[in-house]
Amino acid sequence: MRSSGIPYLLPMLVLSGLFFVLPLVLLILFSFTRDGAVSLQNYAAFFEDPFNVKVLTATARLGLETVAGTTLLGLPVALLYWHSGPKTRQVLVFLSLVPMLTSNVVRTFAWIVILGRQGPISQTLMALGATGAPFSLLFTEFGLVLTMTQIDLPLIILPLVAVLSGTRRDLSDAAATAGAGPWRIFVTILLPLMVPGLLAGWILVFASTSASFVTQAVIGGARNVYVPQLIYREVGILFDWPLASAIAVILLVLTGGTLLALASLARHPRFARYV
Amino acid sequence: MQRALPALDQNTAARSLSSELAQRTGALTVAGLSHSYGSGFAVDGVTFDIPAGEVAALLGPSGCGKSTVLRAIAGLIRPAKGTIALGDTDLLQVPARSRGIGMVFQNYALFPHMTVAENVSYPLACQGVPKQERRARVDEMLRLIQLDSFGRRLPHQLSGGQQQRVAVARALAGRPSLLLLDEPFGALDRALRFDLQVEMLRLQKALGITTLLVTHDQEEAQSLASRLVLMNRGRIEQIDTPSRIYDQPRTLFVNRFIGQTSMLTGRVEGAGPERMPVRLTTGELLDLLRPTRFVSGASVVVTCRPEEVSLFPDAGPGRLAARLIVSIPLGPHVIHDLELTDGTGIRCAQLRAQAPDTLLLGDRIFVAIDPARCHVFPPDAIGGDLHASLEGPSS
Repeated sequence: MRSSGIPYLLPMLVLSGLFFVLPLVLLILFSFTRDGAVSLQNYAAFFEDPFNVKVLTATARLGLETVAGTTLLGLPVALLYWHSGPKTRQVLVFLSLVPMLTSNVVRTFAWIVILGRQGPISQTLMALGATGAPFSLLFTEFGLVLTMTQIDLPLIILPLVAVLSGTRRDLSDAAATAGAGPWRIFVTILLPLMVPGLLAGWILVFASTSASFVTQAVIGGARNVYVPQLIYREVGILFDWPLASAIAVILLVLTGGTLLALASLARHPRFARYV
Repeated sequence: MQRALPALDQNTAARSLSSELAQRTGALTVAGLSHSYGSGFAVDGVTFDIPAGEVAALLGPSGCGKSTVLRAIAGLIRPAKGTIALGDTDLLQVPARSRGIGMVFQNYALFPHMTVAENVSYPLACQGVPKQERRARVDEMLRLIQLDSFGRRLPHQLSGGQQQRVAVARALAGRPSLLLLDEPFGALDRALRFDLQVEMLRLQKALGITTLLVTHDQEEAQSLASRLVLMNRGRIEQIDTPSRIYDQPRTLFVNRFIGQTSMLTGRVEGAGPERMPVRLTTGELLDLLRPTRFVSGASVVVTCRPEEVSLFPDAGPGRLAARLIVSIPLGPHVIHDLELTDGTGIRCAQLRAQAPDTLLLGDRIFVAIDPARCHVFPPDAIGGDLHASLEGPSS
């Protein structure tokens, strides 16, 4: 028998099994039990309450809105990267990494100031005369999307940059000499080539946003409730762990489903990267 | 019978193309083109023209600025100075996308997410050609490059040679008035390269489109182009037909870049009206029967092609003592590498039938170079070390 190296991997495999696979299996098993018997009652209870369903759709909406926001802000950065020389490219990658060096919690608290009544957004719009009275974006879904977009922006920029750095630069030259203007080059050449990066970024942003408990709780406040807070309530306040497990599995299916759908798109031969 | 048909189709396709293109192609005129990048990489006062319907090659070592000239013509960079005109049109007033140029890129730059047919129809889509017409044109182009049944494949499913042909088809599909080829055969292996060059030439002749080829491969340039534009360090060294460039290089650089050359260094000694004696660094005197522009005492480099060198078993007037280093049979020729008494290398090519087979490595032998066909140049920057070796003995 050929040595496959498995013996060397064994310690890591045991660790991963113990700390990642086993808890997940327990979680799933837990979600299917009620009063010591196997049942679907946890799931039934979750979907019976219209509030829970509303929270679930709100979570999905938050994820999609943040995906839209990061895409809107990430694409121009990616295009800037595409048109830059090697030096500027390095600087751009560094700058997009900087936000990741600060902890989510710190950034979330910074956003409290920015979104608040005395914050720069409110002050600027007042100075411009767009609004008469100071206002706060804190505890609004819009404010939360704004915050999540800033926090998750690197998650979409990095895959896009990775895809573009592996793309031959003369493709846009070839399109230009063939008669394409900048807009056509973007739509017909760059955007399709960036699809694998976009899909990867969307998966990361969606998963990160829908699970970001701290930011949702602090910026969203008590009126905007999302799935992670539901789980927290069941675990920490109501002590209904089987229901909490069921909700966790539902969130997992939500993000996992998006992931699988997008990944199957990315496997299309047209998006396969052979260049 | 099935096999005979495609060739016929191709010719009719090519003919219908050429009739449409005949009035649209024009002469390319580049004048005083200068450009520099931040790093000091530059093109300086490049001037040349290509008569309508002809193929010219921009030839030079890598980094000589030929790509910059090409990119300026294509409109991918805006040159600092100079003019570029195609027929009566000033191309610098026209953005890249409206110049009507077909370009084949170094690694073809096929769009990886588009099928062969979509790649070929891309310029047509940009021109807003209706779908029906586009499809007919793509079929026509694919027939022309003999890839009729490959329309639905993606570029990575094709071989290198097929990709190259698709790139050519894409460049020609939009009925360009100028064809630019950027090292179009560089990524192909030798045997395939020649076939595709012949194919390219056939297509170009049929279409009669003005073509500029950029390459660092002298053989490629000579086999495709009717005129060569030789560039070095951002400047043009010589513009001529391939055979004139080979036979009458204007500078030492051109002489060395095209074909093989041996270089002998020496000093002019007592130049007369019809004589030019050169005292070589070996101490031997080489009497060249020609008028000279050099004054006595000037350092010079005498160059000769391998086929202009002949071997003799014994000494005689104009013969230089040498030692055989190595002999290599190469097709119909034998290439001898020899060394003069001062260590200068000299190469000699003989027809194999005429080569003496008694020669042994290390043998003493005498070489004569054809005094009518060799060239004499002042030592240039490339031979910077030549100066040193010349100054040495006299001081």
